[in-house]
Amino acid sequence: MKLGPGSLRALMAGDRQADRVVPPSGFTAQLTLFAAAAMAFLAVFALALSLAAGRLAERWGSELARTATVRIVAPLDQRTAQTEAALRILETTKGVATARALTDAEQQALLAPWFGPDLALDALPVPRLIEVIEDSDGMDAAGLRLRLAAEVPGAVLDDHGRWREPLVQAASRLRLIGWVSIALIAATVAAMITLAAQAALAANAQVIAVLRLVGATDDYIAQAFVRRFTLRALSGAAAGTVVGLIAVVLLPSASETGGFLTGLGFRGLHWLLPFLIPLLAGGVAFAATRAAARRTLRGLS
Amino acid sequence: MIELENVAYSYGGGELLSDITLKLAPGSFHFLTGPSGAGKTTLMKLCYGALLPTAGHVRLFGADVRGLGRDDIAMVRRRVGVVHQDVQFLDHLDVSENINLPLTVSGRSADAAGDDLAELMSWVGLTNRAGALPPELSGGERQRAALARAVIMSPDVVLADEPTGNIDWDMSQRLLRLLIELNKMGKTVLIATHDLSLIRATKAHVQARVLRIANRRIQLAGADL
Repeated sequence: MKLGPGSLRALMAGDRQADRVVPPSGFTAQLTLFAAAAMAFLAVFALALSLAAGRLAERWGSELARTATVRIVAPLDQRTAQTEAALRILETTKGVATARALTDAEQQALLAPWFGPDLALDALPVPRLIEVIEDSDGMDAAGLRLRLAAEVPGAVLDDHGRWREPLVQAASRLRLIGWVSIALIAATVAAMITLAAQAALAANAQVIAVLRLVGATDDYIAQAFVRRFTLRALSGAAAGTVVGLIAVVLLPSASETGGFLTGLGFRGLHWLLPFLIPLLAGGVAFAATRAAARRTLRGLS
Repeated sequence: MIELENVAYSYGGGELLSDITLKLAPGSFHFLTGPSGAGKTTLMKLCYGALLPTAGHVRLFGADVRGLGRDDIAMVRRRVGVVHQDVQFLDHLDVSENINLPLTVSGRSADAAGDDLAELMSWVGLTNRAGALPPELSGGERQRAALARAVIMSPDVVLADEPTGNIDWDMSQRLLRLLIELNKMGKTVLIATHDLSLIRATKAHVQARVLRIANRRIQLAGADL
């Protein structure tokens, strides 16, 4: 059986008479439909997980990669001088777009969750923080560290890499797991359809013998089974995808406080991607049934 | 049309047929007789490519069967109508759909064949059984339906393997008349049977050549009939 535009057209157009030569298989047909629907449902969530993890990795990667913090840890009487020295260095550092010291109010707001709103910054050895935003070229963090160490002994540069990288890596792994899950779901659909098609072909050995006796080619016989299983997988997966999408829509909407879990869904054009799942299931079923039919028909004398 | 030249066929270490040479010329009528287990069905299967010879050559419509692919064999079967003693149908299709099956698998629509099908159903006397399912048919009706299915593509050759094995004398005669009619229409007919009375009844109507398989070989058997 050759795969080409002609065979795909014939598959979609169908042949009412040809469809009837293979007897209806009842219960196994319903099982195939159910399994395809269940796999599509899971695939929707795997896709949602993968896309959400991808968004997270991108956001963490891009937002934090462009910022850095310089911490001035110095006695109170030297803090202002060292802060100004550090700012001067930053202003002349290539790759730094802006650098500014956080105001007392901003630092108080940062510490408020732990120390309350009435914290007296002047009375405590709280480091002064300088927010650094890089330009598109990025700065040489190692070089800047050396300059700061030489000229501002109390300055410590934190480019967020220490905690940003594990987070980005975790999100990337999560995205990979999502795609691997989709691949495993597709492989499971292929295995399931192969088993079902082989069982159907074996159960219809007598039918195949009659069809061959009256001049049916292997292509014709295979097509009858391929079309049946492809349409079952396609329709089952379509139903599963719709249910999966409804479930995703019903998830709580994304919020800052909810974090990653409430952002598990689709955004923008990504809502179109789940509609590829039934097509993928149909394609997998087509290939799996075609291979099973060819193998089985070769084995039947 | 169908030629077997020094054909042998072995199965399971034993030789079932040996040095068989046979030519079915267009429009000829042959009987193949011999005791049960002599190899009549095997020979029939060699004649439509269901089996390949272990030695010698089988030529179907001029092509050596060993050089034919699976699709080529399927095309051969559209030119050879086969009727078995234990005829098989698709039990989920009705009689008319079963008879029409060769047209269906060859891509010809049922509508185009509508008149031919009705005529054929009438010819084999099954017009009023068109909507019945195969398990509802009697033995004779099944054989006539099988004959109708075998000839709906207007094949060049009709092979009938013990076509009257499961039916009574009257029905046998009716089926035989249909086969004789086909031969008079120019079809080549080969009937495998061990029913000598059937052969005698036929010889009154048509010039038939009688072949007998004995000791794995084929021989003309006109004299003892």
